[in-house]
Amino acid sequence: MAVEYDGGVIIGADSRTTTGSYIANRVTDKLTKIHDRIYCCRSGSAADTQAVADIVHYYVQMYSVQHAEAPTTKVAATLFRELCYNNRDNLMAGVIVAGWDKRDGPSVYSIPLGGSLHKQAYAIGGSGSSYIYGYCDANYRPNMTQDEAIKFVKNSVSLAMSRDGSSGGTIRLAIINEQGVERIFVPGDQLPTFYEG
Amino acid sequence: MTSIGTGYDLSVSTYSPDGRLFQVEYASKAVDNSGTAIGLKVKDGVILAVEKLAQSKMLVPGSNLRIQGADLHVGIATSGLLADTRHLVKRARDEARSYRDVYGVPIPGKIMAERLGLYVQAYTSYSSVRPFGCSTLVGMVDADGPQLYMVEPSGTYWGYHACAVGKGKSVARTELEKLKLSEMTARQAIKEATRIIYTAHDEAKDKEFELELTWISAETNGRFQRVPKELVAEAEAFAADSMNAEMEDD
Repeated sequence: MAVEYDGGVIIGADSRTTTGSYIANRVTDKLTKIHDRIYCCRSGSAADTQAVADIVHYYVQMYSVQHAEAPTTKVAATLFRELCYNNRDNLMAGVIVAGWDKRDGPSVYSIPLGGSLHKQAYAIGGSGSSYIYGYCDANYRPNMTQDEAIKFVKNSVSLAMSRDGSSGGTIRLAIINEQGVERIFVPGDQLPTFYEG
Repeated sequence: MTSIGTGYDLSVSTYSPDGRLFQVEYASKAVDNSGTAIGLKVKDGVILAVEKLAQSKMLVPGSNLRIQGADLHVGIATSGLLADTRHLVKRARDEARSYRDVYGVPIPGKIMAERLGLYVQAYTSYSSVRPFGCSTLVGMVDADGPQLYMVEPSGTYWGYHACAVGKGKSVARTELEKLKLSEMTARQAIKEATRIIYTAHDEAKDKEFELELTWISAETNGRFQRVPKELVAEAEAFAADSMNAEMEDD
């Protein structure tokens, strides 16, 4: 998931990758760097999303050389949209693009399965997201502080991980703002917990 | 074979012994014979103006446009062979469209100029084609503000504060250099552009002409638009006044 807060964005994801019922990787990093201050959260097929992210990475590198400036989050999100939409019949890729840029400040874009592009204040995606729509809608507030936004993301991802069998492991977070990117790792035994029956 | 050229001007893919491409230079001549086109970049916008020489008295005013839009925020003024300019404007429109598709934002001036420059340059490299007989002024307001570029038949392009091409280019350039462009508003620049087109017009050689006047400014919301009739009339009155004043000075 990704959330805009006052001054930047927080993105977060669990760390589980599965091949059927087998956990292929329990400490996956699903937060992928696209540019200095643009990241994406990948969900769906790992192979497809990695391939698309690599291509967009290449395009934004070309962009920053040709334009002599960093791309905006919007530009990166549009490139994802272009690839995901044009190849929609062959891809299983749900991507959330989030970042900070000089022009628009913090921004979050969601590109779900069909390849549509949505600018949102916060976005959730992946198999576990359906369990936390209610929690997120109830607890999201515009212009949260950084600490409030981190707590919101941690709680949401943790709730999804406890209900969804395909999610789990640890939480990986990134704080993206004007100063740059800060990564946070939350081990599996330090997740926020709620009612567990 | 004539004494000039001596065979080195038959193809664009042949250099002369002193390293020139005669066909490209001839293409520039086609531009020099055309009506004057000028572009002014001021603090809040860009003005493009063209002296469209009348081919015939029967021509309907507003036809054979020499300033056209390539996107909502891009205007292109041309000087040279009209048919060639139409082809290049089509290319500019295709580039603007594809940039929007891929990046989701309007094309910046620098990129538009670069892409047109690359395209025009390709026509100086193959013996099967001839170079473009036109120079193109690309005016726009992008995310970084007003931009003005000129693409020449060789494919080179430069950014300008103001530029002029065509028959009256030297007169126009000296007039343009006198202006304080960075302090001027688009509204004021419309008047100056009109005056310069009228000044550059040579009545002895060409009688009738139609003034084409467009702007992209804060007042047009960053959109490319033709200057409204009232403003054109006002600008033409200003041009007539200042030219009369100059005559009296002499």
